[in-house]
Amino acid sequence: MSTTRRDFMAAAGAAAMGMQGAGGAQEQDHDHSHQVVPSDPTLRVKALESLLVEKGLVDPAALDALVDAYEHKLGPRNGARVIARAWVDPAYKKRLLADATAAIAELGYGGQQGENMLVVENTPKVHNLVVCTLCSCYPWPVLGLPPVWYKSAPYRSRAVIDPRGVLREFGLELPQETEVRVWDSTAELRYLVLPERPAGTGQLSEEQLAALVTRDAMIGVAKVMPSQKGGSA
Amino acid sequence: MNGVHDMGGMQDMGPIQEEKNEPVFHERWEGRVFALRRATAAWGRWNIDVTRHEVELVPPADYLRMSYYERQFAAFLETLVKSGLVTHAEIESGTPAQGASKAVPALTVEKATALIAKGAPASRNVSVAPRFQTGQRVRARNMNPTGHTRLPRYVRAKVGVIERDHGVFVFPDTNAHLLGEKPQHVYAVRFAARELWGEQAAPHDAVYVDLWDDYLERA
Repeated sequence: MSTTRRDFMAAAGAAAMGMQGAGGAQEQDHDHSHQVVPSDPTLRVKALESLLVEKGLVDPAALDALVDAYEHKLGPRNGARVIARAWVDPAYKKRLLADATAAIAELGYGGQQGENMLVVENTPKVHNLVVCTLCSCYPWPVLGLPPVWYKSAPYRSRAVIDPRGVLREFGLELPQETEVRVWDSTAELRYLVLPERPAGTGQLSEEQLAALVTRDAMIGVAKVMPSQKGGSA
Repeated sequence: MNGVHDMGGMQDMGPIQEEKNEPVFHERWEGRVFALRRATAAWGRWNIDVTRHEVELVPPADYLRMSYYERQFAAFLETLVKSGLVTHAEIESGTPAQGASKAVPALTVEKATALIAKGAPASRNVSVAPRFQTGQRVRARNMNPTGHTRLPRYVRAKVGVIERDHGVFVFPDTNAHLLGEKPQHVYAVRFAARELWGEQAAPHDAVYVDLWDDYLERA
């Protein structure tokens, strides 16, 4: 399988770059498998898109719509609104924990990679952490697409065997008596962590609370701080 | 398949590198790969489990070296050819085969918008009896299928407790090979961290893994 596969992918890559024969001598000196790593994915992907458009298999406007939605419309601000609502409205929180998909839909969020949602609640005794050890499963409607580190080998490998070490790397040291629960998204359930509401925020509005909630807190690698620190993470 | 993608519990993969103010796509081509995969999936020639398995088939050394979207792109080329939507020769030449008829795109802007908003649930509204009850002790089966599976190695042969019954879902082990959906119950199974990792784990910590009926047996 692998020889054929590597030859095919290398050939496809070279062709898509329009470099069949070009630079051949130099490439022959290389280990074959090196060619699997695209040297210019921009050109290769462009060539493939042109081919698929020419064959009538894809509509470029639909591609634009997909990219635009995930770049600009879906992201952790959606999840933050869900969390803030749960903090100010006990009845909503109850619904969120009982049927997350329906409660999240009340705020207008749902859809691809959020069809079956679960919300897990952090308390002074329990801290939840979400991972997908097998790939990159993540609740798109409420958090958008996952950051690179979430899909990376270091996080995927260690989150389940050394969650406390992982959290320490994110600057979060948990007491020994706190129970750490790691949720490995192996099936089609998508998890969102309901972080603890920080102390001293009683006077804040729902909107101000939402501004405090970070993506990392909803994955479970951070806590929500009483005043916003750092960037959009 | 006991591939390198099944990396839960591996060590020494390096530090976690968090990027501040990370863009959704680092380069334009990444977004195009993301969108192309979704737009072509609308032809119904494959399903999500097929595409997951295709990524798992990227040779292990390449898998670790490539970025996420490089892997997705490599796997996507394979999926396109295997499905018959595009030929090997067309990808090599970059132009449609002579005399090939032109299709009408399956995914329009309207359908793309609906897909984003509604998704494509893997849950199935069929009546299948659950084999296990909440609170029951179960053992993850010791099995090593060579095809696609969502039973990670690190829980195999380990004992856990059914925490919750999520309902009935498509079974990836058959669906990834276009052998049918075989819908069955999926459960959140709680494994004590010490059951998985021994004494080095904190005494009260736990890992919850979503597992299908076929992955479990009575303990």
